[in-house]
Amino acid sequence: MACNPSNCQSNCYGNEEKAEVVVGEEYVSANQNQNLCIKCKTKEPIGGDEGRMFCIECFRSNLYGKFRLAVTSHAMITPTDNVLVAFSGGPSSRVALQFVHELQHKSLKNFDASRDRSLPVFGVGVAFIDETTISPLPSHDIDRAIQDIRLIVSNLAPPIKQLHVVPIENIYSGDGTNRLKNLLDAVSDTTGKEDLLLHLRMLSLQKVASESGYNKIVLGLCTSRIACHVILATVKGQGYSLPADIQYVDSRWEIPIVLPLRDCLVQELNMLCHLDGLKTVELLKGPCSGINGLVSSFVRILQEENPSRECTIVRTAGKLTPFHFNRILESDDSVIPLATRRRQKRYNLKPNESISSESFCPICNSPLNKSDMLRLSNLGSCQTSSDSFGAACCSSCRFQILPKDPSSMDHFYSLLPQPLVARAKHSSYDNLSLLREQIQDCLLSDSEDDS
Amino acid sequence: MEKGEEEKPTKAGSRLCCICNQRRAALKRPKTLQQICRECFYEVFEEEIHQVIVENQLFKPGERLAIGASGGKDSTVLAYVLSELNRRHNYGLDLFLLSVDEGITGYRDDSLETVKRNEIQYGLPLKIVSYKDLYGWTMDEIVKMIGLKNNCTFCGVFRRQALDRGAALLKVDKVATGHNADDIAETVLLNILRGDIARLSRCTSIVTGEDGPIPRCKPFKYTYEKEIVMYAYFKRLDYFSTECIYSPNAYRGFAREFIKDLERIRPQAILDIIQSGEDFRISTFTKMPEQGTCERCGYISSQKWCKACVLLEGLNRGLPKLGIGRSRGPNNDRKNGTKETNGAKSIESKQCGTLDF
Repeated sequence: MACNPSNCQSNCYGNEEKAEVVVGEEYVSANQNQNLCIKCKTKEPIGGDEGRMFCIECFRSNLYGKFRLAVTSHAMITPTDNVLVAFSGGPSSRVALQFVHELQHKSLKNFDASRDRSLPVFGVGVAFIDETTISPLPSHDIDRAIQDIRLIVSNLAPPIKQLHVVPIENIYSGDGTNRLKNLLDAVSDTTGKEDLLLHLRMLSLQKVASESGYNKIVLGLCTSRIACHVILATVKGQGYSLPADIQYVDSRWEIPIVLPLRDCLVQELNMLCHLDGLKTVELLKGPCSGINGLVSSFVRILQEENPSRECTIVRTAGKLTPFHFNRILESDDSVIPLATRRRQKRYNLKPNESISSESFCPICNSPLNKSDMLRLSNLGSCQTSSDSFGAACCSSCRFQILPKDPSSMDHFYSLLPQPLVARAKHSSYDNLSLLREQIQDCLLSDSEDDS
Repeated sequence: MEKGEEEKPTKAGSRLCCICNQRRAALKRPKTLQQICRECFYEVFEEEIHQVIVENQLFKPGERLAIGASGGKDSTVLAYVLSELNRRHNYGLDLFLLSVDEGITGYRDDSLETVKRNEIQYGLPLKIVSYKDLYGWTMDEIVKMIGLKNNCTFCGVFRRQALDRGAALLKVDKVATGHNADDIAETVLLNILRGDIARLSRCTSIVTGEDGPIPRCKPFKYTYEKEIVMYAYFKRLDYFSTECIYSPNAYRGFAREFIKDLERIRPQAILDIIQSGEDFRISTFTKMPEQGTCERCGYISSQKWCKACVLLEGLNRGLPKLGIGRSRGPNNDRKNGTKETNGAKSIESKQCGTLDF
């Protein structure tokens, strides 16, 4: 039922009864002198629910340890990299920024100390997506938040990190404010609108990363958020593509995405912000509504009832088969330190344990499942581009984002930013034969014309 | 599509059925929110089930099929619809009703009366197997001995076996159960929440136990609970709707409420969860327990003794904790995988083992 602390990779603590069973004598002895940290057994543990068993130092090093293990064992950040941290101002991305900064700081110290200076120090940039034009919040509130964010970034010790404040409408060439507004207005489903915005946010991160020469994007997604995503994807019928989103590495994008905080709970991240006085900026996210809001409150209540629930959810979903792009491609082995390469062998996916998928939904970039591809391959060639765009989308996006009424599809299509349109063109025309190959066993006739 | 609010309030009955466009719409179909008339509702309801049966090749002509009948709405509608479809589409099935009498006074005795009426109404032969006959204990006696904690474990384990034994007595080829789409969606979620990857991979199968003695199938896999209730209501079907007196609060679990909330926002979500469950690909080779037979009763079992025999042994020796949780029994050489039921109450709905296939 509960997450078993002895094999849970996320180091969640379970509840006390469970810990007692598994940790056994060690725990009992710690329990006798209740006021000591279970790790160093010398200092007092900190208060609060999640960190109650560790002292401040051990809590901190444990959390940083999870980050570092994720980074090194998946080659998320290597010396020649230039990484972009996506920073919303919330506690998760704040910790991600802090930890990446500390990692960079350490490697700078090593660089200065080493004689041959063989390992360069990786570069770090920070991106904030400015949604002033579509946010219901008053613009001066957002301006103030942006000022705070500038301060947070500039207060970090050297090396200097460039902050990119990117207006979300920049996904369009030229002034896209109205097109963006109209696009979001064209989505009638509340949940669909929220999800579309999420995809556009990713698009703008990709754009700024690509234009400014970054080669990795660091997201602060933590166990708690991933647990929500698991339930959300299940509820939206995205069971096929779900494993793609929840791995440490996701290189289906032009600029690969890495999730170094995948094993940290949001409660731990909040605690660290609190303990270390890391300033966060919280007013930016409006409350989720629709299905997204329902699911996040569902998961929150489950987590309150059992503190290892989120871990269990993520661990369960972690057993689903990932995709071939859920790893850093090993093209430039030489720059990856030997120790990392060794560890990577242990953790990284072997090609035969993953699914290879070549077709993606142009809106959410999810790999398409068989029934989506079957529909796509059955399309005739005499289609308008808006129709073929619609056909190339996954069933979830078709349901909650695309307009129901076929007559408004042209209008919707005309509002889409260019990169999304390009994705559809790429996926639907170029590899029809490839598609056919993958679904061959489901087709009833051999000839193309029959369909 | 969050249609709930979007739908313009029209005067009741002023709109035509959007399927036949002739009769007045009498109801909003829970699955699609279409406004349709009663006749069209019966038709789409039955036709969808027929399609599921045909597409999944659930039955073969000449087969003997037992319908697990509890007297509740799901199994009553199942019995009615299956006998109707069997006639209409010439499935060539020999249908039987199969009930389990757990021996719960004030609950099962009343619901069995309903099943007995169904036997006459639908003209289907009925077989009742009772815990008393099979195990020598009624649930009333078990509860008297062990109290209200863990009693659902006994009931669930015994029922599972009792259904198989009843099916064997009837010499049927298959058993059909009334599990509906809501039940299956809930099972998918629960298996994710509790980390049961092995069950997650098989809980959406429409046919289970094909390697066992008698396979079971779920013709209502895609049928919404609300539509089953609606069908029973409009058809004035005779069913029994009281909760088990030994787990009165078990039915409304937290996961169930969540699914109901989801359905309110987006009816499609139930089907989407099932779709996700079917699409999940399990990477690690999940170890399935080796199947053997119980040394005592010969029923399928992965252990030396089957679960029912372990529980029964405990009852007969006056040690009812035997086989519950991690206690030691004849199978103590292996780790016992039973989950404790008491901790999970708040998220699960059907405690009574009906979801354990």
